[in-house]
Amino acid sequence: MSAPLVEAIGVGKRFGSTVALADARLTVVPGESHALVGRNGAGKSTLVSLLTGLQAPDGGEIRFGGEPAPPLADRDAWRARVACVYQRSTIVPDLTVGENLFINRQPLAGFGRISWKRLRAEGRELLDQWGVEVDVDARAGDLAVEDRQLVEIARALSYGARFIILDEPTAQLDNNEIERLFARMRALQESGVTFLFISHHLQEVYEVCQTVTVLRDARWIITAPVADLPRAALVEAMTGEATALGEGVTESRVGPDVPVRLAVSGLSGDAFTDVSLAVRRGEVLGLAGSSASGKIELAESLVGLRTPSGGSAVLDGEALPFGDVRRALDAGVGCVPRDRHHEGLVPELSVGENSAMTIAGRLGKYGVIAPSRLRAHAERAIADLDIRTEGPGQPVNALSGGNQQKVVMARALATDPRLLVLINPTAGVDVKSKEALLAVVDRIRAGGTSVIIISDELDDLRPCDRVLVMRHGSIADEFPAGWHDHDLVASIEGVTRD
Amino acid sequence: MRRLRELALVPALVALIVLGAFVNENFLSYANIISILGSSAALAMVVLAESLILITGKIDLSLESVVGIAPALGALVVIPAASAGFGLELPTAVGLALIVVVGALVGAFNGFLVVKLRLNAFIVSLAMLIVLRGLLVGATKGKTLFDMPEPFFALATTTFLGIPISVWLAAAAFGVAGFFLRYHRLGRALYAIGGNPAAARAAGIRVDRVLLGVFVVAGALSGLGGLIQTGYVGAINANQGANMIFMVMAAAVVGGIAMDGGRGTMSGALTGVLLLGVVTNLLTLAQVSSFWIQSIQGAIILVALMIARVTTGRAQE
Repeated sequence: MSAPLVEAIGVGKRFGSTVALADARLTVVPGESHALVGRNGAGKSTLVSLLTGLQAPDGGEIRFGGEPAPPLADRDAWRARVACVYQRSTIVPDLTVGENLFINRQPLAGFGRISWKRLRAEGRELLDQWGVEVDVDARAGDLAVEDRQLVEIARALSYGARFIILDEPTAQLDNNEIERLFARMRALQESGVTFLFISHHLQEVYEVCQTVTVLRDARWIITAPVADLPRAALVEAMTGEATALGEGVTESRVGPDVPVRLAVSGLSGDAFTDVSLAVRRGEVLGLAGSSASGKIELAESLVGLRTPSGGSAVLDGEALPFGDVRRALDAGVGCVPRDRHHEGLVPELSVGENSAMTIAGRLGKYGVIAPSRLRAHAERAIADLDIRTEGPGQPVNALSGGNQQKVVMARALATDPRLLVLINPTAGVDVKSKEALLAVVDRIRAGGTSVIIISDELDDLRPCDRVLVMRHGSIADEFPAGWHDHDLVASIEGVTRD
Repeated sequence: MRRLRELALVPALVALIVLGAFVNENFLSYANIISILGSSAALAMVVLAESLILITGKIDLSLESVVGIAPALGALVVIPAASAGFGLELPTAVGLALIVVVGALVGAFNGFLVVKLRLNAFIVSLAMLIVLRGLLVGATKGKTLFDMPEPFFALATTTFLGIPISVWLAAAAFGVAGFFLRYHRLGRALYAIGGNPAAARAAGIRVDRVLLGVFVVAGALSGLGGLIQTGYVGAINANQGANMIFMVMAAAVVGGIAMDGGRGTMSGALTGVLLLGVVTNLLTLAQVSSFWIQSIQGAIILVALMIARVTTGRAQE
């Protein structure tokens, strides 16, 4: 057996009180494609940041070819050993492919000027060497995603690295593109390149990898040849037992006699087509699916952030206004948007103002915001949601992620909505905040509010009476409360169970 | 702590006033203080207008041209053809109203280009600055207008409690804007939009509509600023407002209005205006040669920016 190309031995990392990774191990032998799988928050990205030298482990050791890893500051040494192709491109879109390959190390001619002739020639040579069929003079931003990824791989290889981490490379690709990428991966593998392949799609692991390592809850679970690990066992390793958040709802609490609150029929939009569904009063509906399933676009259409292209939605007998958040709010729809940094909060404004932003017009006469009423509203929200803050006046960006998310929740609840749409409501928050946020769902559903939770986190879906799974813009499956983790995960990941 | 930041310039302002009192015995005289205030009133109105736009994360450079074109058009429809007017000889009140309307229309046009057509605010308003400057020269044929009826000068010439109406007007505008920005949902919406437009939209703020409104209000306020300037100078020449935008931006940014939106207060902007007013006045009193006055003014703005940077501990990207 050959010496391992990369080893992580008992590495751990904590951020404040959060353990991001504990005693993790990984051994990658040369010439294999090694899969790293685990659900969100399992510690994959932390492990990648340790393997690429972006962060130092708190404990344990990283070794390359049997030798200790170089110091963090020696970026060239790291670049010669390992590279990661992230989902987010590290290509400068307005420069040519050739210049991107040689950024900050352009071949020079006399007097230190850049030799464009040599840059093009060497770029072409590099691309040919690794069989990347891309025009060296093309504008990098015009490349298709797969070509862009190949250019990034070629650039990494030109630094000498033969260990490439691919972070969800297939997320933005269609099936044909995925097949082409896999063909390239196999060819590169034969030329001596080793891959660490991260994906949420388990069938891809079976297709292209020889070994798989599973992380769960920041811990190493298992490393095994994929041939020895059937799908059911792999899903089991990823999900483990039911988590500390409890069993959740085991049986639907709303009967067929409860009136329908939201009726969506034939709705089509940016990434979904002809979706129909109904939510009853006090019902909690889960909407799951992969990132490209269209679930977020559907949810954003319901709350006025997007305008659907066809179909209708009726809330308590009245047509839901589309494409206008103000009118949607007035119609009784509340929303926790998908990303609190992007759409949820104004970072410099106070906790109080952020929590009351949806009801600013109701805090006094003629639109004047009475400070006392703002304060009273904010203090009530802080108490209700147990927001840890110095007080309503503190800027919201001084809060922890979990508490920031509670402020977004407070903003959504401020209008006393009849329909509450929660998109990734617990993304990037700790377990305690997660519990508090999900407890809100139970509280307000008891008051008759209907809730739609859009998430692919099982914990988020446990309070649901029913979970719909979306694939490719349509509803593919329906799970009544009491589902098994395996079945739901398999459905979300698009694997047929065998 | 946040309150303190807004007042970061006050020490610099006090230091300048103390310095002024030592340098020139007339500096603290009643007449000189009135002179500082009177000469700052027009600038104050435009700084207020620009601050509103900057807080939303946009910019409007053409406000300085509004200071020229708006009162000029107001005057041209009133004064007789013999005094270079259009010869319409409309009632004075119509001319005065037209000043504000022209400002609002220019603002609406800028707002339309920036908000609806999604053009870059800097470039759009730079182009408008040039267009309006050209219109002013064209409409007046380069001549200076001075034959306006008395009401055109009243803001600067009439006093109340010994202080020109223009100063009262600017003070009132700052007071109202300050209250609005602090205690009204539309005012708070400006900060939300400047701080994170996506979050503002998701919270039900009609971002486009508010932005458009801000451009209109800023244009109208600049028109008023132009009227004050007209009264202060006693005429409208073809250069009225030219290069004023540099002082406007300097006062706003020195006063803590963030160029990238979402931050700044009216009290801060006001101290910025006063600081520049005092500096200009001091340089005049000290009889600094007019050949050198600009470079010294610029240097003082730089120093003020550095002081503000140090005292607030905050980057001013």
